[in-house]
Amino acid sequence: MANKVLMKGNEAIAEAAILAGCRHYFGYPITPQTEIAAYMAKRMPKIGGVFLQAESEVSAINMVYGVAGAGFRVMTSSSSPGISLKAEGISYIAGSDLPALIVNVQRGGPGLGGIQPSQSDYFQATRGGGHGDYHLLVYAPASVQEMADLTVLGFEKADEYRMPAMILADGTMGQMMEPVELPSGESKTFEKPWALSGTKCERPHNVVNSLYLKPEKLEEVNFARYERYRKIEETETMYESYLMEDAEYCVVAFGIAARVAKNAVIAARAKGIRVGMIRPITLWPFPKAPLAEAAKTVKAFLSVELSMGQMIEDVELATRSQKPVLLCNRAGGMIPTPEEVLGAIENMTKGV
Amino acid sequence: MSVVFEKPKSLANVPFHYCPGCTHGIIHRLVAEAIDELGIEGRAIGVAPVGCAVMAYDYFTCDMIEAAHGRAPAVATGIKRARPENIVFTYQGDGDLASIGMAETVHAAARNENITIIFVNNAIYGMTGGQMAPTSLPGQVTQTSPYGRDVKLTGYPVKVAELLSALDGPTYIERVAVNNVKNVKAAKKAILKAFKNQVEGRGFSLIEVVSSCPTNWGMTPEKALEWVDEKMIPYYPLGVYRDKTAETEEKA
Repeated sequence: MANKVLMKGNEAIAEAAILAGCRHYFGYPITPQTEIAAYMAKRMPKIGGVFLQAESEVSAINMVYGVAGAGFRVMTSSSSPGISLKAEGISYIAGSDLPALIVNVQRGGPGLGGIQPSQSDYFQATRGGGHGDYHLLVYAPASVQEMADLTVLGFEKADEYRMPAMILADGTMGQMMEPVELPSGESKTFEKPWALSGTKCERPHNVVNSLYLKPEKLEEVNFARYERYRKIEETETMYESYLMEDAEYCVVAFGIAARVAKNAVIAARAKGIRVGMIRPITLWPFPKAPLAEAAKTVKAFLSVELSMGQMIEDVELATRSQKPVLLCNRAGGMIPTPEEVLGAIENMTKGV
Repeated sequence: MSVVFEKPKSLANVPFHYCPGCTHGIIHRLVAEAIDELGIEGRAIGVAPVGCAVMAYDYFTCDMIEAAHGRAPAVATGIKRARPENIVFTYQGDGDLASIGMAETVHAAARNENITIIFVNNAIYGMTGGQMAPTSLPGQVTQTSPYGRDVKLTGYPVKVAELLSALDGPTYIERVAVNNVKNVKAAKKAILKAFKNQVEGRGFSLIEVVSSCPTNWGMTPEKALEWVDEKMIPYYPLGVYRDKTAETEEKA
């Protein structure tokens, strides 16, 4: 049996990245993700890896761009305001079809916001965040175990599809400690013949680039990329379905909100309310199919979020608004209690 | 018949898009000659900027990557840290390096990152049609300083070689020009040394090349080269601003 260790979520991400073969980390200090950088600063020099504290988030993501172009597994981590600064580089990474892992341990916003947990970067993460047509693979862990597992998966899928992946966590997930079984075994790797390695005067030069001055060509590249995205939507969508078999109502929540909501669902069941939960694990691609399926049978949906209501738009889109979609939310770094969510579930049963 | 001049191997056999009289062509050739002479074409990786040289990735035959505006030193840092055996260089203009990319430039220099930077200073944003650059001279007329650069409103030009030589980090900083044969030869020597330093693991080398932009300066190519002598070089004196390799050689 594999060993379980007690770890903070942020540390689990860092160790899992190393286990996935990542030997290059670039970051810039920001709360509440500093444990990731601190962990990497300690570990990387001991295992022949690179840890570099960049002069800014802008520089850190461009160092990531360079290493990704050179064909190595590479990551950066930050929190909301820092991710905004990285958005430029993320767009270039996506536009150059490079794999990389970006971790966002979200805090409240907008602006400097606060340092308490939030999920208000949902739009930014699922719509790309930077300029242009592109997506990231967005993973939303709801336990320290998933912080580790999805980090490994993120690296693998980023390589497989040549696109950036994001771990969209929050301050609570980053700080809380839970037992975790660290990933074991070889991480899946992929050939990278496109990488910058020097031609050795043996092959034509490789060019890593997102510039296409001919609009016909740029359109072609965008269409090809979205063809790949379509395939990803078919094969890479992940979600957890909880007590949905006989559900009359459906809670939708991810990350820490799903942890709270699950307790509320259990409490509601104890009161005889037939409610279940669909927890998106990938936010892009979003689990549209199970929600559309649920819309055929449930009476209403409740989106539980640590934001002013962002994912709710995807729930409405996925269900084509066939059934009412209600919102239960806290913002600015506040987290709802299970009782608050239970209250919202009860209101839902009365209102519709 | 003996061959007296050849196109360097490291330059692709494609026509440049540069304007008539532009000195980017000369500087590209000098970079390619340095790569050829050091025999590093097979392990060189170039970082192209945003600006007139944005399509440098089509001109150099080594592996190339296109950076966002100003970010080339950070991109180069990543590549060099990942592949220390490769020779990594950036090729950047004044808007790219001395304005939007100032943080990346200064910190790569402060870290003495083992990379080579070719910095082309022509005192104007060329690609976007001739706006005022951080290196535009006082009084210089540009699209965004139509009455001449007023230092009371826009401050003073940034002298990159002087600025970076105030740091402890960098290994080698020299300012050269390419407006006449003598200066081109000196520029060649400096660029070669900047690459050689990296091959020898000595650290950060930056060559500031005082260049011309006849199109956006509104001059003939010939007049532009004279303007380099008359206006640019007096403001941006040529010479070696930092050479740690000389210091270590003296000690040895």
